Amino acid sequence: MNRKGLVSLIAVFLGLIAGAVFMLLTGHNPFIGFMFLFQGGTLTLERLGNTLATSTPLILTGLSVAFAFRTGLFNIGTPGQMLFGGFCATVVGLSSDLPSAVLVPLMVITGFLGGALFAAVPGILKAVFNVHEVVSSIMMNWIGYWIVYYTVKAYFTGNMETESRLLPNSATLRSPWLSNLFGGSYINLGLLVAILAVLIIAFILNQTTFGYELKSVGYNRHAAEYGGISVNKNIIFSMMIAGGLAGLAGVVQYAGNANNIQIGVMPTQGFDGIAVSLLGANTPIGSLLAALFFGLLYSGRGFMNAMTEIPPEIADTIIATIIYFAATSVLVERLLDKILKSRQATKKPLIDSAVQNTDNNNTNYGFMPPTEEEKENVPKGDE
Amino acid sequence: MWQITQQIFPYAVAFTIPLLITALGALYCERSGIVNIGLDGLMIVGSFSGGLSILLLQRAFGSSPWTIAVGLIVAMLIGGLFSLLHAFASINLQANQVISGTAINMMAGALTIFLARNITGSGNIRLPASLSKQNISILKDIPLVGPLLFRNTYATTWLVLLILAIFTFILYKTSFGLQLRACGEHPHAAAAAGIDVGRMRYIGVIISGAFAGLGGCIYLVTFSGEFNGSVAGFGFLALAALIFGQWKPLGILATTLFFGFASTVSNVSQVIPEFANIPLVFLKVFPYVVTLIALVIFSKSSQAPKAAGEPFDHAKR
Repeated sequence: MNRKGLVSLIAVFLGLIAGAVFMLLTGHNPFIGFMFLFQGGTLTLERLGNTLATSTPLILTGLSVAFAFRTGLFNIGTPGQMLFGGFCATVVGLSSDLPSAVLVPLMVITGFLGGALFAAVPGILKAVFNVHEVVSSIMMNWIGYWIVYYTVKAYFTGNMETESRLLPNSATLRSPWLSNLFGGSYINLGLLVAILAVLIIAFILNQTTFGYELKSVGYNRHAAEYGGISVNKNIIFSMMIAGGLAGLAGVVQYAGNANNIQIGVMPTQGFDGIAVSLLGANTPIGSLLAALFFGLLYSGRGFMNAMTEIPPEIADTIIATIIYFAATSVLVERLLDKILKSRQATKKPLIDSAVQNTDNNNTNYGFMPPTEEEKENVPKGDE
Repeated sequence: MWQITQQIFPYAVAFTIPLLITALGALYCERSGIVNIGLDGLMIVGSFSGGLSILLLQRAFGSSPWTIAVGLIVAMLIGGLFSLLHAFASINLQANQVISGTAINMMAGALTIFLARNITGSGNIRLPASLSKQNISILKDIPLVGPLLFRNTYATTWLVLLILAIFTFILYKTSFGLQLRACGEHPHAAAAAGIDVGRMRYIGVIISGAFAGLGGCIYLVTFSGEFNGSVAGFGFLALAALIFGQWKPLGILATTLFFGFASTVSNVSQVIPEFANIPLVFLKVFPYVVTLIALVIFSKSSQAPKAAGEPFDHAKR
């Protein structure tokens, strides 16, 4: 197991402990709580399917944030992009009666383009005017929120004030075959879309020139520019692809897990994408695993709440705590370093290491703080 | 038109004040060199802790105004305490400040509802009595200004304006303010001059947490009346106001007033003949679009603290 994975696992572990402490403090039994929490997501085939379905939009929003991160961009605009992408797909689904085999792929493409279009604004503002993408993305979130809110209310209103008309079954990603396989769960073809996206993004990042250029811009803008890479073009493309992925999350959420779009709420999956990406060390595969874990927590919390008195928000609290521990992973890494060093030190005979140390420029006796020179030589973790 | 202005003014001010105090706290935070994107979460924490203490006090002692004063103080304390998480991560551990702030937002939203559900069952905290509006004697009879500023005002409005005046003075006219600003512009120079950069940044973050907590509680007692686990994105709007206002106290006063008016107009536009024909969606997105345009306009001459968002590292010179 690599180091980043280990740090993420420790963050998860600490987050679960924090969750147990919160349960204890509010007078609940954490063992029973966790038992029902995990059983709720795995106990039957149907629950397992629901867990996978809950994870699907998280995989895509996590992938979106991770992809932008690799180009050095913080895509906090995933809620807005997801909402707008899902909205575009819903509009196509509601206003055309093409056969399912044409309509559904068309909706997926529209969702991607909608999200990409929405993310292009912060991308262009960043590239051309050097406006910080975090601030402009937050503005775009609220712009998307209100555009979708009023357009759905005016043209696509459904049975309730807070949602659109229902999509016909032929205009959703649902597949009776897959549902039956998982005992009637609401799992749908969105999962395949998400896994395909993970594979494609992993390929782009690791195997293509484009991915190499994106990562170079992320590592060092100026060096990339010096190397003949167009920084501005890459920033805009990176934002657009990230936005497109978030748009896909909207499609799988509103035309897969649900069959209409909810208005008046920011989709929580958007911000959760940041958590997924961070826990997954900003890699596609890591995001996939992190999303599955968060999906498990989210889909099990209802069962836990039904069986015990513990409020379902414990799952959200655990996730937020994990993110805080992941954000402060420096602390964990320092601790790991100390443990590894003390192990090495005990393995070697004392005299040997002392001799080695005197020969070594990088003197470190373990009990002295590093000198200024040494601090500069410490390799920074790859970002 | 004048009559309409007069009618919506108190509402616009009620919207402005929580934004203003939160943005002022964030101004201290960013001027000391720490980006605080967790404002929304800190406001939620303030709204929750203040609301809970007001509820308990009013149940025990009846709804006299001092209960709300105590609630505001509790909100400030808890907000400041909660912001320590952000300070520790971004100052001691040199973590990514945007990520740490995001974690604060998520944690506040989840934890407060979790606790509220344990306490009230529904997860909402409804205040028995909110803050009442007051007319200020004598001043309220001044023509033009009187009806606008001194009728139907909340005591918190004047408290926040007083804090704004004091903290503007501190920022620009005291050596503490100069030191704090130096830490945000050029921390290495500040450190060389003998300023403890870490300590200054801690102070900045804690002020931000306390003011955001106060802002969240003011939002609760004047604007919403009920805690439900969010502050309707006010924290993000305060962040926008800070940047739109170019990290200057009077700038954020102007931008938060603008946000207050723009939002109030969009809320009541149906009853104002001049605005009734404009589709609501334009009025709703108006403040955000204007902020985006302002970001573009200011991008060349941005007054952002130069070191904001950069962890301070002694070894990096």
